[in-house]
Amino acid sequence: MSSREFILTQIRQSCHTERSEAPTVPFFHQDPANIVDKFKQSLIAMGGQIIETDPQDPYKFVKEKIAQSKIICSVVPEILGNRHLTETTEPKELQDIDYGVLRASFGVAETGSICLTEQDLFINTLGYLPQHLIIFLDPKQIVENLHDAYARSEWKQIHYAALHSGPSATADIEGVLIRGAQGVRSLSVLLIE
Amino acid sequence: MSDLQQEIQPKGAKIKGNKPVNQLEAANRFIAASAHQQMHDQRLWDLRKKRDAQMHLIPEWEELRDLASDIKSHTLDHLADYLEEFERNAKANGVHVHWAKDAQESNQIIAGILKEHDAKNLVKSKSMLGEECLLRQHLEEEGVTVIETDLGERIQQLDKEDPSHVVVPAVHKSRTDVSKVFVKTLNAEEGNNDVHYLATTQRETTRPYILNADAGMTGANFLVAETGAVVVCTNEGNADLSANTPPLHIVTVGIEKIIPKMEHLAVFIRLLSRSALGSPITQYTSYFSGPRKGGEMHVVLVDNGRSTRLASHKFKAGLKCIRCGACMNTCPVFRRSGGLSYGSVYAGPIGLILSPTYNVHKYRNLPFASTLNGSCTNVCPVKINLHEQIFAWRETLAEEKELSLSKRIIMTSLGKLFAHPKAYRMAVQTGDKLLSYLPHFMVYNQLNTWGRQRDIPTPPKETFHSWYAKNYMKKGKADE
Repeated sequence: MSSREFILTQIRQSCHTERSEAPTVPFFHQDPANIVDKFKQSLIAMGGQIIETDPQDPYKFVKEKIAQSKIICSVVPEILGNRHLTETTEPKELQDIDYGVLRASFGVAETGSICLTEQDLFINTLGYLPQHLIIFLDPKQIVENLHDAYARSEWKQIHYAALHSGPSATADIEGVLIRGAQGVRSLSVLLIE
Repeated sequence: MSDLQQEIQPKGAKIKGNKPVNQLEAANRFIAASAHQQMHDQRLWDLRKKRDAQMHLIPEWEELRDLASDIKSHTLDHLADYLEEFERNAKANGVHVHWAKDAQESNQIIAGILKEHDAKNLVKSKSMLGEECLLRQHLEEEGVTVIETDLGERIQQLDKEDPSHVVVPAVHKSRTDVSKVFVKTLNAEEGNNDVHYLATTQRETTRPYILNADAGMTGANFLVAETGAVVVCTNEGNADLSANTPPLHIVTVGIEKIIPKMEHLAVFIRLLSRSALGSPITQYTSYFSGPRKGGEMHVVLVDNGRSTRLASHKFKAGLKCIRCGACMNTCPVFRRSGGLSYGSVYAGPIGLILSPTYNVHKYRNLPFASTLNGSCTNVCPVKINLHEQIFAWRETLAEEKELSLSKRIIMTSLGKLFAHPKAYRMAVQTGDKLLSYLPHFMVYNQLNTWGRQRDIPTPPKETFHSWYAKNYMKKGKADE
């Protein structure tokens, strides 16, 4: 008997329950009015930053920020970087990027998370190897909580996606919080359509 | 330098083959290192307080706990069906699915996949199942270099110690302890105890391993049957790096980690990090349902005793555990004795009920490392009846004649005493009187373990029984 058969047989011998339906989960909606403010608060609590927009030039701050850096990789049309990704770029080639600029599929107000799918990232390591990330997010794409987030269609269309809630962090030594563990050192969100 | 920075870190329980682990001996050494003990206690209690603060922000918290518990019960009742559904969907996404009945087979499968790809360098994110299976040791014997990428786990790997906690593996160490390890192993500056410096040292020394790895490995917090996906929660981003940088991603996961649908995932993600660290969510909650572009993905479904535990009416609920560590953070025994004192992969309340299922003789002392105060049960996000199971283990151990000699002697004499009401009442009265009159040194000494680290309460002037007899019963009837 294969291990697969062995395990499944053992389990079936252990359980003698009638077929029952899995519990259904409500959406627990509470405050759909202040969803954008809630998102901002939650993101800041997780160590992320909100980029304030300039009415004259909404990308001014982003442009200033990246003007001070050497290697910028942008996968959004609004910003021109100096590192271009192609179909043959290897994941580890992204190791020297200072700023990665990309657009998230959606945001979650409850936790200040943004969802980056493999399509948003182009190459998955773009979410982790750069020192800093700048994320564009359409405020209309912010959902209230994680129940809404996991009801979205993205999950069924991709092989990889991650909810990023601020930059990487660790508190493994004496509980001291450090932003910038293995992944990015900072994460800034620009709310823009 | 503070006491904590000068004090030497106490080591964990001494493991002697299959002999029962003496948790008490190791706990005493941890308590004796008072600065470490206090730091540990405060750090974990701080996590418990943060968890409470988060809980109060979510009006539906108790409803979520009920849902989580019900989803797990339902899934365990139909485990085989959901595993088959997961396998079907994962395969359709291009994932290779393997089944391992025990630790040995799991290690062989993983070593085999690595060999097939001629992979000699593996970067790994934290996995308690990996610890359970002694995976790293096995792979190193096969000539594979294994690098832990989680900071706490890396500290423990470099110090050749096991993790002392399921979420914060190096929580028992001071910054000086970490610095000493890094000076010895990572060529860090001597005497530089700055936490930022230490974390950066690890980041910079680990990154080259990640970039040059042949394969990456992660555990899994959840499997979603409906989509065939693996969900991993980390704060450092190390799982995403390990999985996305090398061309090969291997996942090792216990069969009980499965949940039916995406809607259920939301419940667990809302509970997990809030219960563990008191943060609303982990920095990264990652979802892998197939190999990345140009990559290959393998999932190893591991049983290792789980299907047997499923058949046990008493101890089945332990399979609901989502490894958040909330029970450890709240447990007075764990906070004071340190995770390494348990000498088992899983420590604290959850360790007390899981460990004896792996080896009842070796871990027979663990179910006694509890005050049965029930705090663990109160904070468990999936509502495992931890303290009831700890008590059930004590009964089972007595039935299976797995009590230590001293416990057997005490139980036998107490059993006789309880069987004779008159003798019992006399003993209680004499004891209470003696406590009131005995000098301090006779109460607080080596023979009275109850007098260590706590004051013995002042005995009442009169027992309930004699008060009841005096007021409500006819004279002379009370002793019958």
